[in-house]
Amino acid sequence: MTTLAKTMPLTGDFPRHRASAPAHHSGDAHHHASLHEEHTHGQGSMKVLGMWVYLMSDCILFGSLFASYAVLSGAFAGGPTGQELFSLPFILVETFVLLFSSITYGYAMLALHRHNKTGVLQWLSVTFLLGAIFIGMEIYEFHHLISSGAGPTRSAYLSSFFALVGTHGLHVAAGLIWMGVLIHQVKRRGLTDNNVTRLSCLSLFWHFLDLVWICVFTFVYLFGVF
Amino acid sequence: MADHTTTRAGEAHGSSKSYLTGFFLCAILTIIPFMLVMNPVFSRPATLLIMVAFAVAQIVIQLVYFLHMNRSSEGGWNLISFVFTLVILFIIVALSIWIIWSMHFHMMSS
Repeated sequence: MTTLAKTMPLTGDFPRHRASAPAHHSGDAHHHASLHEEHTHGQGSMKVLGMWVYLMSDCILFGSLFASYAVLSGAFAGGPTGQELFSLPFILVETFVLLFSSITYGYAMLALHRHNKTGVLQWLSVTFLLGAIFIGMEIYEFHHLISSGAGPTRSAYLSSFFALVGTHGLHVAAGLIWMGVLIHQVKRRGLTDNNVTRLSCLSLFWHFLDLVWICVFTFVYLFGVF
Repeated sequence: MADHTTTRAGEAHGSSKSYLTGFFLCAILTIIPFMLVMNPVFSRPATLLIMVAFAVAQIVIQLVYFLHMNRSSEGGWNLISFVFTLVILFIIVALSIWIIWSMHFHMMSS
């Protein structure tokens, strides 16, 4: 308990939840309920912080992939260069689909703060759809590249390209599965404490993927074509 | 109990307006580098520099408007871990490029 008291205030939102706990209970019940609230909120907050720490380690994974891409970005082995391969308008549409999905997820979180279950489900579905379009476009692009003889085995440059963009795509696909499961959970159980924590974690994950995509868009596609 | 929902990230959760602001800033910061690549008006180094600067600006905007990162979220632990990650990223990315480039340079010149 002493360790709990020591570590919990570090997460910074204990006092706020204490203040926001419903104050119209009476006597013992109130005391018990607010303690319980604090406990679960502290845990939820720790989980979101843990998610953040995971994302930071994911940053390092992507950083290594970007580093290997940068190092190999001239190793064409006589094969096609980025300039010949990429269609920038197509990539721009992809970028905007992902950006839109980021903001629709934001609206899902706003609906969550208003305790609006239908709103959460609607915005999550829109986000899911946009994410699926993004993945579909990426699969189409990869298929197009591989079928035109520019697969990952063609050159070191293309290997690092597929490793980097493919890893991002896998993350988005994992996010979509997670979102599908969450839509189901919210439908069945409503906006319970656990579901709020899960939605907050996925929110971080989803926005983070958009951050990584900005780097992919700039360093892989724009630099590759320019 | 079930509908008692408060934010978990310790963030000051945004408003519809702040999400829209973030979105429009990101849209502009995406479209301008795109236009510069499609119709180059500046010299090559200047364009590359602008693209990097815009990417960094967009990342900061998304961190603030979408991920609601500030000095008080999670009692500052978000920010501290993020800065730490930036240091590690710099070491991994910049130094590997440097090492590999200079190795390549010396092997080619010898």
